[in-house]
Amino acid sequence: MSVEITSPRFKDNAKRALADVPLQAALSKVGPGFIGKRTAAAEKLPEFDALRDSARDIKNHTLAHLDLYLERFEEKVKAAGGHVHFAVDAAEARDIVTKICRDLGARTVTKGKSMISEEIGLNDHLESAGIEPVETDLGEYLIQIRGEAPSHIIAPAIHLNKEQVEEDFRRVHAHLAPERNLSEPTALLAEARGELRQKFLVADVGITGANFLVAETGTSIIVTNEGNGDLTQTLPKAHIVLASLEKLVPTLEDVSQLLRVLARSATGQEMSVYTTFSTGPRRPGDPDGPGEYHVVILDNGRSGMLGGPLKEMLRCIRCGACMNHCPVYHAVGGHAYGWVYPGPMGSVLTPALIGIEKGANLPNASTFCGRCEEVCPVRIPLPKLMRHWREKEFERHLTPAPQRYGLAVWGFFARRGWLYRPATGLAMKLLSVLGRKKGRFASLPLAGGWTGHRDFPAPEGGTFQAQWRAQKAARNTRHANRDARP
Amino acid sequence: MTSSRDTVFASVRRALGVTSQEAPRRQEVDGRLAGHPRGLVPARAQLPAAERLALFKDMVVAAAASIDHLPSADDVPGAVAAYLRGRNLPPTILRGGDARLASLPWHREPNLDVWIGASDGRQLAGLSHAFAGVAESGTLVMLSGPDNPSTLNLLPDHHLVVVDAADVAGDYESVWTRLREQFGPGVMPRTVNWITGPSRSADIEQTLLLGAHGPRSLHVLLVGGLLVGGA
Repeated sequence: MSVEITSPRFKDNAKRALADVPLQAALSKVGPGFIGKRTAAAEKLPEFDALRDSARDIKNHTLAHLDLYLERFEEKVKAAGGHVHFAVDAAEARDIVTKICRDLGARTVTKGKSMISEEIGLNDHLESAGIEPVETDLGEYLIQIRGEAPSHIIAPAIHLNKEQVEEDFRRVHAHLAPERNLSEPTALLAEARGELRQKFLVADVGITGANFLVAETGTSIIVTNEGNGDLTQTLPKAHIVLASLEKLVPTLEDVSQLLRVLARSATGQEMSVYTTFSTGPRRPGDPDGPGEYHVVILDNGRSGMLGGPLKEMLRCIRCGACMNHCPVYHAVGGHAYGWVYPGPMGSVLTPALIGIEKGANLPNASTFCGRCEEVCPVRIPLPKLMRHWREKEFERHLTPAPQRYGLAVWGFFARRGWLYRPATGLAMKLLSVLGRKKGRFASLPLAGGWTGHRDFPAPEGGTFQAQWRAQKAARNTRHANRDARP
Repeated sequence: MTSSRDTVFASVRRALGVTSQEAPRRQEVDGRLAGHPRGLVPARAQLPAAERLALFKDMVVAAAASIDHLPSADDVPGAVAAYLRGRNLPPTILRGGDARLASLPWHREPNLDVWIGASDGRQLAGLSHAFAGVAESGTLVMLSGPDNPSTLNLLPDHHLVVVDAADVAGDYESVWTRLREQFGPGVMPRTVNWITGPSRSADIEQTLLLGAHGPRSLHVLLVGGLLVGGA
C-alpha cells in the first residue's frame, strides 16, 4: 500500500476519527492494553531504567561513529556471502528490491512486517512490476486486504474490530465454505494461518525489515511474536532485508542491552517470542534457508538528521511505547497522522522525511504532557523535538495567519510589562464581572476554537502575575515576622 | 550502486563532520568490536546454578511453554513418546541429524516413528536440540546448520526442544561468549533463533492467541542438573 500523504489535513482527519464509532471502540483498548503491561514488565526488572540509559548511550555512540560501523557491517555481510545495497531515497530502494526479484524470476513475494517497506511504498511498486506481495504479519495482512496503511508501528491493525476482519475474510477467502463460523478471533487466526501457510511455501523471495543490524558480525535481526518473519526469510530463494541506516549497533552484547528494553517497552513481554539473527545466505550442507541474502540500507533523509538537533530521533527502536501512552493518539488513532509513522515519534520523524511544509500539523498535535518521553526506552526528548518543529514552522511562516497575528499581538504586549499588566488586569476584571452569574462562558469573541467544544471558565479575580505578587508579599511578611521572633 | 553508496557515506560524514580516517575514532570502533564489552547484566541473570535452572523453568512456563526436567538424556525418547500420547498426536516425530539427538536410545520406544530432515510443513511434531537456554527470560537459543534445520523450529504444530542443563546460561552475554569460542570472533551461523514461548498474535482486538504462524505448543526437555535426592 503506497501511502497518500494526508498529514496536511490532520485536523479534518482527527474530526472524522473522533466521530468514527467503531474506531473509537478499538482505540479505547489501546491505553488499557499496553500501559499496564509495560509498567508491570518494567517493575519486574529493577535494572530497567538503568538499561534505558545504557540503550541511549549505545545508540549515541553508534550514531557518532556511523560511517565506521556501516563500513564494518558491509564488510562482514560480504564475508558471509551476502550483498549490501545502499539507497539514497525511496525510489532507489524500490528499484533495488524489484531488480533482485526480477533477476530471480520471482512471482510471489512474502513479507515480514517492515515500516521501511511502508515508507518506500514497496507493495504498489512490486504489483506494478507484476510481482504479488503477500504481507504475512497478521495485522499487516488484515490491512493489506483492506487496502489500508498501518495505524500503529507494532500493531498495524489496532484500529479494526473482529466483525470487520470477519467481513474481509469472507470477501477475500471466497473459496472457503460460506457457512463457516468466524465469530471468534481463534477461528479468524486459524483461517489466516491456513491461507498464509500456502503462500509461505510457494514464495520466491522473502522480504523482512530489521530491528537491528550488528556491525561486529554482519547480522540482521528481526523480532516477532508470530514467527511469520522467520518463515518469510527461511523458505524462499532469497531473503531481502530492508533497513534504514540508523538500525546499526556495534556488537552482540550491545544488541542484548537493547533487546532487554525493546519488548518490555512495546508489549510488556520479557522477550518477544522470536528474535532471529540472520547472517548471509544458506551455508554448504544446510538443509534449509535462503539461497541469497541482500541487505538494502536506506538513507531517505536520515543522514541529514545526524548533524542537527533531530539526531536524537535516530535512536528510536520503534517499540511504539510513545503512541501507546499518548492521549492524542488514544483519541484519534494512527491514520489521522496521515502518513506512515503515527504518534509522538511520527510527529518528530514525519516532518523530517516528508518536509515541514506537509508535516507541520503533526508536532502541533501534542499536549506536551511528556508521557512519551517518560516511557521512551532510549530516552528521546520527544516534546523538545516537537517544539523544535513548531519553531521551524513559525520561522518559515508556515503557521496559519490568525495564529501568527495573534502571537504577534500577544508578543507586543508581553514584551512591555508596563502595558501587559494593566491590559491583562483589565481584561480579567471585565471577564470576571461579565461571567459572575454563571461562572463560565458558552461563547467568547476570538475564542471560538475553545468554546466550540467546552465552556471557558470565568476568571475569579486578579491575573496570575497579580496573585503571585500578592502571595509573595504575604510570604515575605510571614518570614520577616518569624525571623523577628526571639 | 557504487555512486549511491558513495553518496550515502559522504552525506553521513558531512553530517558528522568527519572523514572516516581519524585514528582515534577508528581505534575506538575497532576496540569496541574486538572487545565487545558487556553492558548492564540484570542481577536475576547472575544466579548460582540451582537457582538459575529454577528461574529458567519458571520463565519458560511464564512464556506459555511447558517443560519436563529429565534426569538424563536417555530419558528423552520416553518423554517425547509420552508428550505425543498425552496430546493424542500420532507417534511420529521429525528431527535434525544432530549427533546429540542421534545418540539417544530411540530403540526403547519401538512404537515411535523418528524421521530425520527439514520440515516441509506437513509434520505435526518436530524435535530440536538447543545450543543454549537463557534463564533471565526462559529463552532457547537455536543454531542453524547441516544437522539443525531452521524449519523444524517453525513449521510443525508442536516443537519439542532438548536443552542440557549445563548449557543453561543466566544471561544472553554468556551465550555469545560460548558462540565465539565455537565459531570464532565475529562469525555467526546462518541463523540464530532465540525462541521464548510458542508463536502468538494479538493483532485481532489485542486478544492474545497462541499458534499464529509458528508452533502452537513449545515443550522443553531440560536434561540433567537435577539435585541428588531432589526434583
